[in-house]
Amino acid sequence: MLVEFTETDSGETDSAVSPQVLPFIHAAAAARDRPSGIIEVVPAARTVLIGFDPSVTSAEAVRAWCRAVADHPEPAGARGSADPRAQITIPVVYDGPDLADVAEATGMTMDDIIAAHTGQDWQVAFTGFAPGFGYLIGGDPRLRVPRRATPRTAVPAGSVGLAGGFSGVYPRSSPGGWQIIGHTTARLWRPDRDPPALLRPGVTVRFVVDDGRAAESGQAR
Amino acid sequence: MTARLQVIAPGPLTTVQDQGRPGYGATGVSASGAADRASLAAANRLVGNRPGAAGLETTMGGLTVRAHDPVAVAVTGPGVAIDVDGTPVGSHCRIHLRAGQVLAVSAPSAGLRNYVAVRGGIVRIEREAASGAREVFGSELGSLSSDYLSGLGQPPVSADDQLLASAAQAPLPAADLIPHRAPEHGSTVVLPIVWGPRDDWFTPDARRLLVTQAWTVSQDVDRVGVRVGGAEPLARARGGELASEPMVTGALQVPADGQPVVFLADHPVTGGYPVIAVVRASALGAAAQLRPGDDVRFSG
Repeated sequence: MLVEFTETDSGETDSAVSPQVLPFIHAAAAARDRPSGIIEVVPAARTVLIGFDPSVTSAEAVRAWCRAVADHPEPAGARGSADPRAQITIPVVYDGPDLADVAEATGMTMDDIIAAHTGQDWQVAFTGFAPGFGYLIGGDPRLRVPRRATPRTAVPAGSVGLAGGFSGVYPRSSPGGWQIIGHTTARLWRPDRDPPALLRPGVTVRFVVDDGRAAESGQAR
Repeated sequence: MTARLQVIAPGPLTTVQDQGRPGYGATGVSASGAADRASLAAANRLVGNRPGAAGLETTMGGLTVRAHDPVAVAVTGPGVAIDVDGTPVGSHCRIHLRAGQVLAVSAPSAGLRNYVAVRGGIVRIEREAASGAREVFGSELGSLSSDYLSGLGQPPVSADDQLLASAAQAPLPAADLIPHRAPEHGSTVVLPIVWGPRDDWFTPDARRLLVTQAWTVSQDVDRVGVRVGGAEPLARARGGELASEPMVTGALQVPADGQPVVFLADHPVTGGYPVIAVVRASALGAAAQLRPGDDVRFSG
């Protein structure tokens, strides 16, 4: 079932993610608060996919649950079940090939960009094309830049980028069109870790300047 | 007792597949698993396994394996020539391999993927690395499935890999063969669809074309999806970009060129092109059996 939030509902048409999606980001993170039969909750920018098993629950029941989540952004028990690793610090070396382009597009100096990127908490809104890739929202609005006109065929693993109001870190080398401002040694995806993804919907991320003294990349705080 | 099989030749592409990894979409991981779930389930049923037990998914045949131990196997999917030590045996029936016997699965005359179930289910793959060290591949996130897009799970099967099946849990079923409907070579595959969620992004003409035009499967066929081509591309009724949204197996995503892609098991979790319609769950197996050059129609 695909739930869509129309832009007229949001009142904030320029935000990267509809505010109504946010309660579902918590629902995606808190699997045990979901009724049985709901297999997964996949949030995106303006839509949320609810996967359910029709032999266990019904479309009507899923619809009713969606309404309840939308009407009560903080369901009972959601805070109590918050993941203790839900706040992540990612050290970044700000040496990306697109720093100069981002400076030109935003009218900021490179130091301003670094200060803006590290100065606020980001939140993982949803995930995308690769395991462990999180779309981060809630950063400094001055960092809103378009995608590169021509995507790169290979963006190295650990690249930290900006695009359309989002920030993100490439978990592995892949094609990509985001503006790359730096890189991190944090491992975004480790199959031997449970959960394997460092960034999951609802997780808060703080970028810090990697001065070479960070004890461990991608550590919880 | 467990059984071991050795891969002699994997053919163009053979992977280990099971029921996949449902429920990890929010971390960017697609369900993956057997592209034609019903065929894997049928093969498993013949050897007394649960429906989603791990088996082999071949692509245009070419697979030969040698049994180290006596073991029951079954091959399903499109009708296909199979032999044991060079003697023809049947598909869609239970085959008892004796120790040392070699099973060969050829290319189907129509369709693409066959499924080999092994009694007990495959639980581990062992491979000797170039260094001589033994690599062992088990499950990742609860599944052995090779996910082509994310790189999760096992790499495709290669020659000399050892496949280990676990001890059987249930008795063999009374039925030792099951009927199947063979796709006819040269006939048109009809895939029933439900419209949306983004059919309103297309012109009325495009919606009519989708269900009336003859479509041909292109060369772009893999576990992620099947690209089809038609004489007239599907035109959009509106401009602008769709905000990335979640995708499902069976989604008919229409890129800028107007030629749709049918998503299969390893599809991306989210996508930015509009989905005009979704292939019904009952026809996902048929979609997974499409091969380049096949004629397809969509019925609304």
